[in-house]
Amino acid sequence: MGVLAAETLKGPSIAWFDLSPLLVLLSGAMVLLVVAALTPQWPKRCYSSFSAVIALVTIGLCFPLWHRIDVDGPSTLVGGAVHFDKMTIWVTLTIGLAVFLASLLSDDYLRREGLEGPEVYALFMLAAIGGIVMAASNDLVVLFLGLEILSITLYVLAASHRKRLRSQEAGLKYFVLGGFSSAIFLYGIALVYGGTGSTNFDAMLRALANTVPTKGRDDAILLAGVALLVVGLAFKVAAVPFHFWTPDVYEGSPTPVTAFMASAAKAAAFAAMLRVLLQGLPNFSRDYRPVLWVLAILTVFGGSIMAVVQTNVKRMLAFSSISHAGFMLVGVEAAAHAAGGPGNDGRSSVLLYTLIYTVLVMGTFGIVTAVSRTGDNATDLAAFRGLGRSRPVLAFGMTILLLAQAGVPLTSGFVAKFGVIRAAVEAKSYSVAVVAMVAAVIAAFLYLRIMISMWIAEPEAGDDQREEVRLPVYLTVAISLSVAFTLFVGFFPGWLIDLAP
Amino acid sequence: MIDFPILTLLVLVPAIGSLVVAFISNRQPDLVKVVALLTSVLTGGMALWTLFAFKKADSGFQFVSQHSWIKEWGISWHLGVDGISIFLVVLTGILFPLVIAGVDPHHDHKRYLSWMLLLEAGVMGSFISLDLFLFFVFFEIVLVPMYFLIGGWGYDDRVYAATKFFLFTMVGSAFMLVGIIATAVIAKADNGAVTFDLIKIAENGSFAAGTGRWLFFAFAIAFAVKVPLFPLHTWLPDAHTQAPTGGSVILAGVLLKLGTYGLLRFGVYLFPEAAVWARPVFLTLATIGILWGAIAATMQTDLKRLVAYSSVAHLGFIVLGTFALTSQAITGGVLQNINHGISTGALFLLVGMIYERRHTREIAKLKGLQKVAPVFAAAFMIVMLSSIGVPGLNGFVGEFLVLIGSFATARWWVVVAAVGVILAALYLLWAYQRVFHGEPDDDNKSFRELRWKEGMLLLPFIAIIVFAGVYPKPMLDRIEPSVDKLLEHVSQHSSWQVPVVEKGEG
Repeated sequence: MGVLAAETLKGPSIAWFDLSPLLVLLSGAMVLLVVAALTPQWPKRCYSSFSAVIALVTIGLCFPLWHRIDVDGPSTLVGGAVHFDKMTIWVTLTIGLAVFLASLLSDDYLRREGLEGPEVYALFMLAAIGGIVMAASNDLVVLFLGLEILSITLYVLAASHRKRLRSQEAGLKYFVLGGFSSAIFLYGIALVYGGTGSTNFDAMLRALANTVPTKGRDDAILLAGVALLVVGLAFKVAAVPFHFWTPDVYEGSPTPVTAFMASAAKAAAFAAMLRVLLQGLPNFSRDYRPVLWVLAILTVFGGSIMAVVQTNVKRMLAFSSISHAGFMLVGVEAAAHAAGGPGNDGRSSVLLYTLIYTVLVMGTFGIVTAVSRTGDNATDLAAFRGLGRSRPVLAFGMTILLLAQAGVPLTSGFVAKFGVIRAAVEAKSYSVAVVAMVAAVIAAFLYLRIMISMWIAEPEAGDDQREEVRLPVYLTVAISLSVAFTLFVGFFPGWLIDLAP
Repeated sequence: MIDFPILTLLVLVPAIGSLVVAFISNRQPDLVKVVALLTSVLTGGMALWTLFAFKKADSGFQFVSQHSWIKEWGISWHLGVDGISIFLVVLTGILFPLVIAGVDPHHDHKRYLSWMLLLEAGVMGSFISLDLFLFFVFFEIVLVPMYFLIGGWGYDDRVYAATKFFLFTMVGSAFMLVGIIATAVIAKADNGAVTFDLIKIAENGSFAAGTGRWLFFAFAIAFAVKVPLFPLHTWLPDAHTQAPTGGSVILAGVLLKLGTYGLLRFGVYLFPEAAVWARPVFLTLATIGILWGAIAATMQTDLKRLVAYSSVAHLGFIVLGTFALTSQAITGGVLQNINHGISTGALFLLVGMIYERRHTREIAKLKGLQKVAPVFAAAFMIVMLSSIGVPGLNGFVGEFLVLIGSFATARWWVVVAAVGVILAALYLLWAYQRVFHGEPDDDNKSFRELRWKEGMLLLPFIAIIVFAGVYPKPMLDRIEPSVDKLLEHVSQHSSWQVPVVEKGEG
């Protein structure tokens, strides 16, 4: 058939440099997987250093790209599939930081647990790609692609501690429930496609602009689609009542992986939520805003209250991360007030929160990594007992990070909370702001419990026989960076607030 | 104006001192103590210098320093003192060096002193902030060192008490934070841009009655917990009793004042209309607090808990004075802040000394101490009489001004509250009788007399008690102009008519 031969398939033009962070991460992962498979075990610290350098290059690339957007304005890439705007770069930066810190956290951890190898690092990078694609997407299918890349790598990462049964369990649990939620999300995409005739946000907007003002808002198929999308996203951000996987998965996963899930995955999921709700479906804001309102209140309260009764620090932090997700939802709810309009501070407050929380949670789990000792099992409160005496500097670092999580002023955590509460108040969501702050007090109780264990609890018999808490170089660097960032942003938040898109 | 940033230094010096102490090696306990003492003495010296340089006729804010901090959110580093805050600053400056010099923690000096200095920085900052955000930052920061002081160096039930203290205060702060943000956002219309500047919002802000009342409520709840106002006072007896002596002195001496000061500065000043509207509620709660605190104090078997409950009663008087909204009553309330800080601070020191000697605070186990330690008993007697409010000592001036000032505007509440004065005499004298009178039995026979060092520690307290009781005029002269200015602001922004009362000499 001559016709086919004459017609060359013409793909969209691609601005390769604008995609460079993704390409760097992808090549990093490929190099690790291919080269490391063909060579004998690399020397100590080589895998993690390689991964950290790739993450740093990704972070470094964000700056020229940011500048480009400053000059040329935002655009879309790959035929309108992904956004190239400050939000994309911001999330790239956030996830890049997460990969960087997670690599440092994993370095000694993997050797300690006898798991040294390149796979975990490669998976971090692949997960990062998924997260960035999610955050950048301008199309529901592309978003789903990113979501699946992120999710599947996370399933594997959760189960990556081959010697721990709980890790296997976490992986399986996450896989089953995650697959379920992906299916719900996918069904939502299908229904929205049925209602609008497209999965591209711009095309969806055009289609909705014609139908929504007349009869579209009552369109059952579209509304069901929106509802399913919200549920799918709520699962990914671990909002109550879609949070049931979180504590088990967080507790079972290797601690550096838990840190990565709490930071990068959360940042990506919230970015995706903002994209879908604000840029894809702003016409439905009056329908999903009450849902977000309820989700936010349930999540801040549920997370805080359930956290209080835990005795395992990893579980506590899992529930605390749910509570933090609730705060971010407060910001999303505030942003939803201005959906389709000129926009308010809601979106930037959520993005600011994700970045700050990423660094914060990395440091916190970094310390948990150190304290959990060989076997990654010593994560109950008792394991922290007496840390103030045996490791005062480490305990002090943990105290700062916990105070930041509680939202005490002069730490980055306060800046984050202040941002979303301010956005909520500006959007006149007073009730949700007050409820969130009161819930934060309940959550503070849990951070106090860890501090009490570290500083005040009396030593008990057998404490001397515990393995000493080691602080290897990379882990120390990661924790120090995290604490320094937490304090620096606490004292001088202006520049970061200024940057948040 | 004076360009020297004295107020900034009042915050920075103890904060830096705290850091320095934290970084000194554990093996040099003496150096730690010297550094901490020097820092607090320097801060106290600066506070006194501020007092002497204070222009007494000037009713506005003095020594103002303002720098932009977080431009994006309209937040600035804005400090200043007026007649309402100046003596609180001085009180803070005096109490900390005395506590640091006079009361040693039983272990781990370094961390204790480091937290102590951080606490001083936080308290100082709260009293001189003129920016809502900045004030909130200091108000919250205060919690952290106090939490660790109670939790780390307190008595048996310290973890429970410290946690309760932290959580109670934080619930209040949660409301206040939303209130602060809402105030700034709503006042945007009047100010042109979002600003957290107290003076700008108070002078330009015009809140609709409904809005203003909600915002006032958000602030008031935080301060009511801090004061503490009945029925939010339950954290106080626990925190006071379990805290180490130094912590109790600071807690009663200056920390509770954050509440009464906040009500005046951020409640009445920002939302005059709402404050006038909420008067009956606060007057009633204050009166209940006065009686409740007094009755509860009477029934205590633990000397320290007794003093703690007496604080609830005394602070009730201050709130009563604040919401009577007359010049004399508010001035009396402000003065009573200082008096209570001195008297109750000294009482806690004395109770601490008793505990050090006898390892108990049970009133039933103490007996006849006057026989074996007459000087100690005399010191206790003077401090106690000042707390009761006997004429000639400082407690009388404040309480009397509050009662007489409130009579015109809150007559029936005053009539009831005055019973509290009698009850104060009852519980304190009764306690004194049980502890100091009679024949000392077994362990009480060996009760040690006041030592030189302890005497030197108590001397400044007793000197202030007597001086402020006999000659309060210098203090009143400085407080009154600012109070009058505040009342003028209230009457301009609400329907409140300040009754004209002839000014006496107090």
